[in-house]
Amino acid sequence: MKDFRYLDGVTTLVLNEEKCIGCGECETVCPHGVFVLEKKKAVIVDKDGCMECGACALNCPVSAVEVTPGVGCAAYIIQKWIKGRNAAECGCGTGCC
Amino acid sequence: MSESSCCETKKEFGSEGIQIKPFASRQPDDEVCCGGPAGSPGSPHEKPGYQIARFVEGFMEMDCGPVPKIKTHLSWLDIGGTIMVRLGFNRNHYKVSPGLYGVGSPTPDSPVLVTANYKLSFDAVRKSLSGINAWLLVLDTCGINVWCAAGKGTFGTTELVNRVKSTGLAKIVKHRRLIVPQFGATGIAAHQVKKQCGFTVSWGPVRAADIRDFLNHDMQASAMMRRVTFTLPERLVLIPVEIYISVKPVLWTGLVIFIVSGIGPGIFSFPNAWERGVNGIISLIGGVFAGAFLTPVFLQKLPGKAFSIKGAAAGIMTAFAMALWVWKDMTWFEISGLMLFAVSVSSYLAMNFTGATPFTSPTGVEKEMRKSIPLQLLATIIAAIIWIGGVFI
Repeated sequence: MKDFRYLDGVTTLVLNEEKCIGCGECETVCPHGVFVLEKKKAVIVDKDGCMECGACALNCPVSAVEVTPGVGCAAYIIQKWIKGRNAAECGCGTGCC
Repeated sequence: MSESSCCETKKEFGSEGIQIKPFASRQPDDEVCCGGPAGSPGSPHEKPGYQIARFVEGFMEMDCGPVPKIKTHLSWLDIGGTIMVRLGFNRNHYKVSPGLYGVGSPTPDSPVLVTANYKLSFDAVRKSLSGINAWLLVLDTCGINVWCAAGKGTFGTTELVNRVKSTGLAKIVKHRRLIVPQFGATGIAAHQVKKQCGFTVSWGPVRAADIRDFLNHDMQASAMMRRVTFTLPERLVLIPVEIYISVKPVLWTGLVIFIVSGIGPGIFSFPNAWERGVNGIISLIGGVFAGAFLTPVFLQKLPGKAFSIKGAAAGIMTAFAMALWVWKDMTWFEISGLMLFAVSVSSYLAMNFTGATPFTSPTGVEKEMRKSIPLQLLATIIAAIIWIGGVFI
């Protein structure tokens, strides 16, 4: 995905290296290779590759990774502005339980 | 629907494994009236009010009850369904029943794969499993694909843990490992799953097509299997839905264009509305073409990082093409209005394509939108003023 880049310097991703126990789960789940495990600690090697999906933060057993997760979808954000966060729908399917 | 109380009286598996019973085939022993041949006999798994899904080829009699065994090749109906959904039809109601399915001849040692109950996802997974013996645990994601559902939380820890418990999976398999697609990590916390139901989550590859390699390599995914891609074919299949979604707003915009085109010195002129309106519609269609087709196709080639800029660039090129070859007999003043409108439409639609890509961050998209929407609106208003002004000149 190195040939597809979005805006730089916007991600809310933060890694607390002191809390990190080096389990490597963030490196595994990230679809953009943002993390690499070096000397038993996770290191952010490509911060601008982050799309804020939240997989790393959710799967960090010690909450060393923080990010405001969401979908990078303009249609959804417009709905969020108009109808509020809870009523917003994106185009990826509306029929919900 | 809940089967949480199943598996109360359990016996251990015999060493011979699980017996698979094909559909019972009762011999038609008597002549049918009217001379025609008898239809196929019913299966003991048929129930009033239910229909056995076409992708089921039989049932495995488990202690917990029958587990459907599914086909790994797609029928023409499946392929037809995929095409319809890709075109945008029936997309929100294309689902299968959640629960446990068997693939091949699974044993208590066979791997358990987890997926969503969007039929497109389900079909992609079962197609990639031909010749493999496995269990397929389908979560109820309301018919939405793994990634979107994980983002919404329906493909989540709670649903997975509940589904493991309700299907009695712990009694069906001896191991304690679930293979969850890596894209599900946005909704599933592996350490929580382990804590709540004792199963360890192994993150499977991003693409269903890599499942076989993943299983053959001792459940180790290569770096390539872990990374998301967005190749030209992967972008092309998304375009029909982008256009389908834009049909309704485009029709409304078209109506407005005809009305605006009719405004003139005599307040409103129907011949003008038609004649000039057609050019306005051409501008609109050009904008849709640039934003929903050209932008996804030439995504990396277009300048800028923000999608609204890429869309504007595609719109400018399309607008010039239309000015040169379509609007030959019009004044440059009017043409500039039409071009501006096409660029604005293209920029807006391209911005909406962010939702279909696997690399745009919500913070980034919101930042881009705050800057570009006012400009798109301004351009549209100026275009309308020029267009109306053109009649008076």
